Amino acid sequence: MTSSKDTMEKQWYTISVYSENNVGLLNRISGIFLKRHINIESLNVSKSEIENVSKFTIVIYTTEDWTRKIVNQIEKQIEVIKAFYHTDEETIFQESALFKIASHLLFDERQIQNIIKESKSQIVTVNREFFVLAKTGRRHEIDEMHDALEPYGIMQFVRSGRITVTKATMPISEILAEFQD
Amino acid sequence: METLKAQKKEQKKEAGMRITGAEAIIHCLLAEGVDLIYGYPGGAIMPVYDELYKFQDRLTHILTRHEQGATHAAQGFARVTGKVGVAMATSGPGATNLVTGLADAQIDSTPIVCITGQVPRHLLGSDAFQETDIVGISTPVTKWNYQITKADEIPEIMAKAFYIAKSGRPGPVLIDITKNAQFDELDFAYEKCSGVRSYKPVPKPNMEAITAAAALINAAKKPYIVWGQGIILGEAEEELKAFVEKAGIPAAWTIMGESALPTDHPLNVGMVGMHGNYGPNVLTNECDVLIAIGMRFDDRVTGNLDTYAKQAKVIHFEIDPAEVGKNVKPDIALLGNCKETLSLLLPLIKENEHKEWKAEFDKKHKEEFEAVIKNDLHPTKPGLTMGEVIEQINEASKHEAVIVTDVGQHQMIACRYAKFKKSKSNITSGGLGTMGFALPAAIGAKMGAMDREVVAIIGDGGYQMTIQELGVIFQHNVPVKIVVLNNDHLGMVRQWQELFFESRYASTVMTNPDFVKIAEGYHIKSRRVEKRTDLKDAVQEMIASKDPYFLEVRVEKEDNVFPMIPSGASVADIRLK
Ligand SMILES: Cc1ncc(C[n+]2csc(CCOP(=O)(O)OP(=O)(O)O)c2C)c(N)n1
Repeated sequence: MTSSKDTMEKQWYTISVYSENNVGLLNRISGIFLKRHINIESLNVSKSEIENVSKFTIVIYTTEDWTRKIVNQIEKQIEVIKAFYHTDEETIFQESALFKIASHLLFDERQIQNIIKESKSQIVTVNREFFVLAKTGRRHEIDEMHDALEPYGIMQFVRSGRITVTKATMPISEILAEFQD
Repeated sequence: METLKAQKKEQKKEAGMRITGAEAIIHCLLAEGVDLIYGYPGGAIMPVYDELYKFQDRLTHILTRHEQGATHAAQGFARVTGKVGVAMATSGPGATNLVTGLADAQIDSTPIVCITGQVPRHLLGSDAFQETDIVGISTPVTKWNYQITKADEIPEIMAKAFYIAKSGRPGPVLIDITKNAQFDELDFAYEKCSGVRSYKPVPKPNMEAITAAAALINAAKKPYIVWGQGIILGEAEEELKAFVEKAGIPAAWTIMGESALPTDHPLNVGMVGMHGNYGPNVLTNECDVLIAIGMRFDDRVTGNLDTYAKQAKVIHFEIDPAEVGKNVKPDIALLGNCKETLSLLLPLIKENEHKEWKAEFDKKHKEEFEAVIKNDLHPTKPGLTMGEVIEQINEASKHEAVIVTDVGQHQMIACRYAKFKKSKSNITSGGLGTMGFALPAAIGAKMGAMDREVVAIIGDGGYQMTIQELGVIFQHNVPVKIVVLNNDHLGMVRQWQELFFESRYASTVMTNPDFVKIAEGYHIKSRRVEKRTDLKDAVQEMIASKDPYFLEVRVEKEDNVFPMIPSGASVADIRLK
């Protein structure tokens, strides 16, 4: 037998939590990370493919051993229907970012138009003062775009939490159906 | 006039039961079979107390002298009966005073439901008088909690609270109810909860894993069972006994599991853990198959995990999937209620005996007896030992008593030496180690089992943390027997200071009051023993008493508890002195 030890390597894990829509649950779940000093790198809460079922998508950088223990603790919470964890290879994931930039730059700095084209980002809005670029993609793509725009001055920047779908199924409807019988 | 009113009210109820939230809470409690609760009133819970007044013929409320006492009393009640204990408090300070009991119940898997009043909904978040975010505060120390802000939520949420507290791995639930929800009316109808769709309390047993476990056990040369409270919570005492006897396997217990198998059962080899028995600890590292049943490999049980049972295959019976592999990775995990998994396993187990292996436990016991037990139970020095007091209680109560312990040296000594015939008889704060637990817990235990002798064993330190609950014992004449083992020190901390901090007794020496006088102030019969020659008589007088009884025993001031696994050391390195 082996005792648990952080022998495994750290890597990125995405935890997907299907739950009832309950006000206190976010507090309960974040407490599980807090108690173990594990930093939440990204958190997204949304509705899921099932009516009245919420989905938390949580990204952490740690060992599989810790990830498994955390997922077990999350799943133990009364309002959690099921929690899964996956590596990056097992998921399709994206993040979104918004860049707010001064409008005059669009005309003064020719390079900006190239950045917009190359990054495949969209102009969401333009007015006299500023325009807003939206970019969806992998973290490194957003980072690259950020680095490219930074020298010209970014008025505001925000990036969303990771959103993820998994290559394998997450059979929530089956779990809920099981409860019905 | 009065009767007319009452009649009208009854009629109104029958026609759809239009009642206030406060009254609904009482009906929920009655529907759950609750007839005894502990608590303390205050502004935000007053509507419920007003209903308690009206229903006092059916629901007894015991006013503890501090809300912490209410939680521990509810725990004591739950631990001795297997039912859900209930505690009630007002908002703000009343609610925060529940936190220690909730944390204790959470870590020791005790089913309690705590009900707190809260400021009216329209004042929430305004820092109103006695507003505190008890749902936020209690989240990490509850199995579930919820704030009710509308009267019509009451029946469903209360039903859920009782279901969640008791089912699966039990635990504490806190329900916070805003004052408006207590005043407002609802159409009351109650249905017990039979399931929550996102919650699977008991995993289904896996027959393949059970078969594999049976093969491992049948082939084992040195199998060893360590059981915990799961046996008691799952009411699997008979199944455990049948398994132990059929397979002929030596079995040891954690303090939370003590009393599930009679102390004098030939295969009961004693206690594991920091101050447990010598053989059960050392031989953990010599067994070939370690069968852990309803225990969670707490660090006080395992010592250093890197050197814990490395040679053994581990089988873990566990109801809570989150416990599997949390501390020790099992080779086979048997998920489910251990009553069910043990029943499924038993027919696959070959009848066996492990005489030579068992003889190793006996040999180690002899060593421990010579080095430790003899001096604890039959001392030759003048000063009284804690061990001889426990031995006298064993004798006087004929191993039939419920022993409730506080936290410290006396707790370890009581767990080591108390003898039990019946399950649910050792009530202690195991996981949290809450000083102040014993006195209120003993009140709850006694009220839950009036036909049984209940003896609280408490240190002079912990006694003073909830000493005010003597008021409950006096007011309601609760015939608990209280034994304070007075060493004028915070003994367990002093022991560590002696062993690991070169005897620098920082804040562990106490100048104590006259405990007998204090008990007398509460009109509780009491006696102090300072000499060995008086001990037997005093203990017998205490046990014979029909009324509550307080016994102070002045014991050696600087005795140590051995054996001991120093923290961070291996179970194999347990010290006999
Ligand atoms: C509420 C609380 N505070 C502090 C401690 C730390 N602690 C553990 S044992 C102990 C000493 C207990 O002294 P006493 O009640 O006199 O019992 P003894 O060890 O002497 O038997 C202390 C302070 C604790 N367990 N609980």
